[in-house]
Amino acid sequence: MRIEWMNAGAGGPDGTAQLNGGSGGISRRGFLKAAAVAGGGLVLGFYVSGGNRFALAQQAKAVYAPNAFLHIGSDDSVTVMVNRLEFGQGIQTALPMLIAEELDADWSKVKGELAPAGDAYKDPLFGIQITGGSGSVAHSFMQYREIGARARAMLVAAAAAQWNVAPDQIKVAKGVIYGPAGQQARFGALADAAMGQPIPEKVTLKDPRDFTLIGKPTPRLDARAKSTGKQRFGIDNHFPGMKVAVVARPPVFGAKVAKFDAAKAKAIKGVIDVFEIPTDRGGSGVAVVAEGYWPAKQAREALAIDWHTDGREKVASDSQFAAYKKLAGQPGTVAKDADISKLASAPKKITAVYEFPYLAHAPMEPLNCVVDLKADSCTVWAGSQFQTVDQAAIARTAGLKVEQVTLNTMMAGGGFGRRAVPTSDYLVEAVNLAKAWNATGKAGPLKVMWSREDDIQGGYYRPAHVHRAEIGLDAKGKIVAWNHTVVGQSILTGTPFEAMMVKNGVDSTMIEGLGEPYDVPFRLSVHNAQANVPVLWWRSVGSTHTAFVMETLIDEAAHVAGQDPVAYRKDLLGKDHPRHLAVLDLAVEKSGYGTKKPPKGHAFGVAVHESFNTVVAYVVEASIEKGKPVLHHVTGAVHCNRAVNPMTVEAQAQGAIVMALGTTLPGAAITFKDGKVQQQNFHQYTVARMSDAPVIAIHIVPSEDAPTGMGEPGLPPLAPAFANALAKLTGKRLRKLPFDLA
Amino acid sequence: MVTLNINGHDTEVDADPTTPILWTLRDNLNMTGTKFGCGMALCGACTVHLNGQAIRSCITPISAAVGQKITTIEAMETDGIGKAVQDAWVKHDVPQCGYCQSGQVMSATALLATNKNPSDADIDAAMSGNICRCGTYQRIKAAIKDASKALA
Repeated sequence: MRIEWMNAGAGGPDGTAQLNGGSGGISRRGFLKAAAVAGGGLVLGFYVSGGNRFALAQQAKAVYAPNAFLHIGSDDSVTVMVNRLEFGQGIQTALPMLIAEELDADWSKVKGELAPAGDAYKDPLFGIQITGGSGSVAHSFMQYREIGARARAMLVAAAAAQWNVAPDQIKVAKGVIYGPAGQQARFGALADAAMGQPIPEKVTLKDPRDFTLIGKPTPRLDARAKSTGKQRFGIDNHFPGMKVAVVARPPVFGAKVAKFDAAKAKAIKGVIDVFEIPTDRGGSGVAVVAEGYWPAKQAREALAIDWHTDGREKVASDSQFAAYKKLAGQPGTVAKDADISKLASAPKKITAVYEFPYLAHAPMEPLNCVVDLKADSCTVWAGSQFQTVDQAAIARTAGLKVEQVTLNTMMAGGGFGRRAVPTSDYLVEAVNLAKAWNATGKAGPLKVMWSREDDIQGGYYRPAHVHRAEIGLDAKGKIVAWNHTVVGQSILTGTPFEAMMVKNGVDSTMIEGLGEPYDVPFRLSVHNAQANVPVLWWRSVGSTHTAFVMETLIDEAAHVAGQDPVAYRKDLLGKDHPRHLAVLDLAVEKSGYGTKKPPKGHAFGVAVHESFNTVVAYVVEASIEKGKPVLHHVTGAVHCNRAVNPMTVEAQAQGAIVMALGTTLPGAAITFKDGKVQQQNFHQYTVARMSDAPVIAIHIVPSEDAPTGMGEPGLPPLAPAFANALAKLTGKRLRKLPFDLA
Repeated sequence: MVTLNINGHDTEVDADPTTPILWTLRDNLNMTGTKFGCGMALCGACTVHLNGQAIRSCITPISAAVGQKITTIEAMETDGIGKAVQDAWVKHDVPQCGYCQSGQVMSATALLATNKNPSDADIDAAMSGNICRCGTYQRIKAAIKDASKALA
C-alpha cells in the first residue's frame, strides 16, 4: 500500500473547510490516497484528529489510521464509504450525494458502503465514530464535498496532462471529462492516471447555485434492495460453521443466577451447549448455543433457573412516580435561574404536574451481532451506531488491543438510539458469551440474537420523568414568572460523556428545550433520581418530554390569557427567532389554521420546537371518536437550513410523526412491578400502526445555510400539538403520556 | 426430512416439523428476505404466502405447510402483482430502515391479489398487522394505490 499525506494545517486547506457552526472541532485535517484496491482506480481518503469535542478518556492520544472514503473504479463505478450507520435515515444516499455533487459524477454509477470502525470515520465534530445527535449530514457536509472536489481536480489534472491542455479548459459532467478540442474520457478511463496526480492543496467548492444534486429530491439508493428482500441486515449474517446463541437474562436488572438445570434444554435437538455468562450491570445469565435460533429459543424456555435478586433494587412504577412527584414539589439543583418573585402575587396561575413513562426503542430488527473471537483477534458484525465506543468495549472484554478488533458496520433495521449504548451492553455480553464458548474448547463465529421479549425487557429505556411547573401571568396574560422542576434519571452520568455533558450535576440531555425559546423568566431545577433501570437516549432525547411540557404549557397560557395560541407564541418569540417564526407561519398558512374551520368535532392544535438545530412546527387536526383521540391531519413545516435531500427530509418528518403518535397511544409505556418489566411484546407495548396514522403534508422552509439535522427534530412537536387539539375539544389539559382521556 | 414447496420448488429440509416456517427459511435455507420481528404474529415482518394467503411464518409450523405452496419475498420479482408492488415501493421511496418491508410487500401483494382496487379502509384492514417502526405508512398506502392502478 502506498500512502501520501497532505497535512493541511489548522483551519483547513482552502478556507472552505470550516464545519457547519464553525465550532472548530477539527484542529488538523488531511487527505490521502492509497493504491490498495484490486483493479486499480482512484482512491481518496481523509483523516481527522485532535479537537475531539467528546473525546473519551481512553482516546486522549490521537491515532492516525487512514482509510478510504472514495473509490473510482476503472469500470466507472463510484463507491463512497459512509462514515455512519444507515438505519433508515437515508445517510447512505445523502453522503454519496455530497461527493457526487462536487465530483460531477454520474449518479447512476454511485453507491454507498458502510464503513467499519476506524479513526478516519470519526464524526468530524464529535471526535468519535457515532451516528447520533442528528449530526450525520450537518457534520459531514463539508467533509464529503471536499473529497469529491479533490478527486474531481485530480481527474481533471490527469486529463489535462494526457491531452496537453490547461486544466481550466476542461469540463466535467455526469462522469465524463471533456477537453476543448472535443476530447472525452470517462472517469474510469482516467482513474489510474488521476491516482498519479498530486492531491491538490486547494480546491474550490461549487457555488451552491450550480448544484445539480444537492437540494434535489433524490430517491434512496437502497430502495430497490429493501423492497425485494435483497438488502442484508446484521441479523442475516450467515457464516460457515456459525452457531446461534440466545441468553436467559435476569428478571431484575443486575441479578444473578443462583442455580440452573439445563437437562431438558440440552435434550432438544440442535442444542450444542448451555453455560452461565456474565451479563450487563454485574449480573449473570444462562447462554444457549444451538444450530439455529429455533432450537436455541426452545432450549431457553426449557431452562429451570433460580435467580438471586437480593440486593438489587426492585423498581415499582407506581411508587416511583409517587416519589418523583414528591421530589418535584421540592427545589432541586438549579439549572437555570431567573427572577420569579412575581409568582406569588400573579393574578393568574397555572400549576401543572406531568408524567412520562419509560419507553423502549423497539427497532424492528431485534438486537443481534456475530462475534468471531480468536486468541489474537476478534471480528464483530453489528448494526452499531457507536463504533468507536463499541470497538473499545469489545477489545476490553476480549482482552485484546483495539487494533486487533474488527468491527464491521451492518445495515440496521432501525435503532432510534438503542444501538449507541455507552456501556456497549449487548456487544460486551456477546463477547463474554464467545469467551465462555471458546473456553469450552469450541471455536467459530457465534450469532447472538435477541428476541422481541428480550428487546422490550432488556432495558436502556427513555427515562421516566415528572415535571412540575408553576406559571404566573399578569392581568393581560403575560407570563411574569415560571418555576419549573424536572425529576428523572440522568442518561449520561457515569458514562464517558459525563465530563462534557453533565455540568454541576445537571445532565444537559434532561433539560434541553426547557424554557426555550420563549422570552419568559424561567427558573429550572433538577432532581437526579436513582433507579435500577438502565436508561438511554431515544430519538430526540430530552425533547421527547421537554417539548411536550413547554408547548402544552405555552398553549395553556395562551388560553388563560384569552389569546390565540399562534399569536401568543409569535409575540413571545419576538424578533430573535426567525426560524421559529418561519415554520410557524408556513405550517399555519398551509394548514388553513385561522382561515378555515375544521370539520365539526375536529380541532386544530399547534406546537413548535427546536432540537438538534432544526426547528419544526406542526398544525394538527384531531377529533375524539368513541372516546378515543384520533389524529387526522398533520401539516408540518421544517427549517433544517439547506435540505440536502428534500425527499429524505420529508420522510424523516413523516416517520417521526408516526413514532411520536405511538407514544400517545394506550399501552405506550414500559412499567415495572417488583423490579420486573411488565411488557413483553407488541401486544403489551404499543407502537403506531397504519390505522393510527394521519395524513401528513410536510413543507420545507427554503434556506441556503449550512444543513442541520433531520433524524430526530420531527418528533418532539407532534405529541404536544395533538394534546393541544384535544384540550380544545375537551377543555381538559393532558399531562400524562400516553394519553388518557378518562 | 420434511418436503416443502417453496417458490415453486420442492425443497427438503432437515428440521423438526414443529419448526416455524420463518426459521426453516432463515436458518435451514439461508433465505433471509423474510424477517423476524416479534415471534408472536404481532408485527408482520415474517409475512409469507401460503397458497396465496398472507400468513405469519413465525407462528406457522412447517408441518402445516406440507403439500401447500409457500411463496416468499424472493419470488415477488417474478410475480406480476408482486413486481408491481415492488416498483411502486421504489417509486414512492417507501423504505427507510427497510427491515419490515418484505412483510409489507407480501401483505400488500396478497391484498391486491384479491382486491384489485382497495379503499383506504381496505388497505388499513389488510396492512395494520404490519408494523413499520420508521413510520412509512403514508407512502405504503400511496404505493399500494399506485400498484393497483398499474395493474388495472
